[in-house]
Amino acid sequence: MTATTNATGRRVWIAGVGLTPVREHWERSLRDLAHQAMQAAMDDAGGLRPQALYVANMLSGALSGQTQLGALLADYGGLRGVEAHTVEAAGASGGMALRQAYLAIRAGEIDTALVVGVEKVSEKVTAEVEAALVSATDTDFEAAQGVTPTAQAALLMRRYLHQHQAPADALAGFSLTAHEHGATNPNAMFQKAIKLEAYQRGALISDPVNMFDAAPLADGAAALLLVGEGVAPEGGPVPLVRIAGSAAASSALALHDQPDPLRPETVSQTTRQALERAGIDHDSIDLYELHDSFTIFAALSLEAAGFAEPGTAWKMAADGAWKRGGKLPIGTMGGSKARGETAGATGVYQAVEAALQLQGRAGGSQVEGARWALIQCLGGNGATCATHVLTVAG
Amino acid sequence: MGDQASSTSQVGSILRPEFGVGVVGYGAYVPQYRLPAREVARVWKSGAAALPIEEKAVPGLDEDVITMSIEAARNALARARIDPKLIRAVWVGSESHPYSVKPTSTVVAEAIGATPHTQAADWEFACKAGTEAVQAAMGFVGSKMARYALAIGMDTAQGRPGDALEYTAGAGGAAFLLGPEAEALATFEASYSYSTDTPDFWRRANEKYPEHGERFTGEPAYFHHIQVAGETLMQSLGTKPEDYRFAVFHQPNTKFPQRAAGSLGFKPEQIEAGLLVPRIGNTYAGSAMIGLTAILDVAQPGDRIFLVSYGSGAGSDAFSLTVTEAVKSARDLAPTTESYITRRVEIDYATYARYRGKLTIQ
Repeated sequence: MTATTNATGRRVWIAGVGLTPVREHWERSLRDLAHQAMQAAMDDAGGLRPQALYVANMLSGALSGQTQLGALLADYGGLRGVEAHTVEAAGASGGMALRQAYLAIRAGEIDTALVVGVEKVSEKVTAEVEAALVSATDTDFEAAQGVTPTAQAALLMRRYLHQHQAPADALAGFSLTAHEHGATNPNAMFQKAIKLEAYQRGALISDPVNMFDAAPLADGAAALLLVGEGVAPEGGPVPLVRIAGSAAASSALALHDQPDPLRPETVSQTTRQALERAGIDHDSIDLYELHDSFTIFAALSLEAAGFAEPGTAWKMAADGAWKRGGKLPIGTMGGSKARGETAGATGVYQAVEAALQLQGRAGGSQVEGARWALIQCLGGNGATCATHVLTVAG
Repeated sequence: MGDQASSTSQVGSILRPEFGVGVVGYGAYVPQYRLPAREVARVWKSGAAALPIEEKAVPGLDEDVITMSIEAARNALARARIDPKLIRAVWVGSESHPYSVKPTSTVVAEAIGATPHTQAADWEFACKAGTEAVQAAMGFVGSKMARYALAIGMDTAQGRPGDALEYTAGAGGAAFLLGPEAEALATFEASYSYSTDTPDFWRRANEKYPEHGERFTGEPAYFHHIQVAGETLMQSLGTKPEDYRFAVFHQPNTKFPQRAAGSLGFKPEQIEAGLLVPRIGNTYAGSAMIGLTAILDVAQPGDRIFLVSYGSGAGSDAFSLTVTEAVKSARDLAPTTESYITRRVEIDYATYARYRGKLTIQ
């Protein structure tokens, strides 16, 4: 077990962020989207150039017939020559890419790194996208049985509702919260609040998961320019965001091999570690960008991370606890549900959005006075989990 | 000429016949069976979700695009009161021609007595195959190559069991007999076609059911093509939405034509008469055309009608028509479209599965 805390290592900062709106970008390619976000992050950092490029992506091989995105995007982005590669960990790809860049700078090997998360899914229709997504399960035992990620979310949701004797529309609060938060984010795919009745009428996708429980998979790219202590530009118009804590863990890939599927252990573990490394506790966190590709994961994440007792997160959602102005705002720019789910890029979107919040640049979505943010993305049902604490508190 | 064409490319691009052309007879056909959308939802467990239509028309075991086209063509002939031997073209647009090789149109032409001195051909362009045939007929008649030409749009649409399209894939269509303006019950001012390579919906050779690009079928496909085609024709003619008493658009579901109409500037009351999709489903190549027959059933002389079809792949044909006095004496000579719609026998999903041959194991 390593117990290194940030206090003893080189500090790492986010010097610039960039992102594209999440949409079905029918007329834009993977490289085009990535380039826009990369350029925006470099511009935001005052023109800083990175020494390495970390690409977070999950599906380009299956959906675009393109791998080796590192070289592709470095070249296309005018960075030919820098070391570059893809980090893939399904839905946790973004958080894991961020962590690799963070570790490299922290180790002193490099001073600057660009992290770009990009996903292009609208090239294919749902059946083909689902076939690509299912490859992130334990395919010999899960995909082979037709157990897709959506079906797994349905199994988990059904179990959660059963175990906690919750009503069929128990998870509505997460969907309503996400859509309310998306309504103030111009980069969100869905910018309209929804009513409880709309949730209740939602078409079933995989019983009991309905349309409003499932995040829409769409295209987008987000990027972060990281710098190490001593390189960070000073005196910019907005405070720099520090990566105060970083942790990642893996667990059983197959859902049926997880000790308690309703309590993903990687979420508990990495949340604890990231907070420890940042030297803070739960109460200091002002916003939590969590994994919500399905509403059930918002409930499970909140409970496993220690922000709600088991079986209570859904009630608190219904009471508005997770909205802006509530106990702990989650998915403050809409989360995957309303901003749009970008698979491998999601973790980078979370970091960009959290940085904007901490810098007071979140516009209509601003969480007032936010100083500490927890961001977390999951691969599968928590088989991979990457968690970071970001702050502007020095 | 070249300069003019490039500088006013839209204005120069509309299709206007040399000699006046109009509709001298029209006829609709809708099979009598109805499958409620809630029945599809029941079988496929779609929960309490809003349904795209109320019910769709389903052809009987002994019906196909040939028999249905004959029904509609006979209604058009009844209203036109002409000798079918004077027809020089019988064209059927459909995406459910019973044969891959062997024309639907020759059977229809034979059945209505138009053979043998006639052109006969089948048209294919997803849901706008019928309106293309109308444009071609405008060309035949408008150049005086033919006195009469018959254009039909008819479909028994296919929807894969469990697919979103299964709620709406209906059956029905319409026939329009085009002839000289002087005999017409409605005249064409002009038409316009807008086509691009947009792969939103397709069915490959030898496949039983079509595939679609889901939401891609909306914004870049249906809405874009209808919007551009509609705007271009009105701009070229100098007309505005308020100049038309009626408008009708391709109707894949209830919401799409309502939204397309709204964004072109038409009001709900202008599209009401021709909006049949809630009650018969999407009749594909027949969709906008049968909407036009319902409008002609109620229109008054002098009324103007705006029509825009849409075919996946993709393209839209826009038309501007004006109703004449002749409509009054013609319309009662064949069953109204409304009478076909109200003639309904509700069936369950099992019966539907049998009638539509969905029980075959591939």
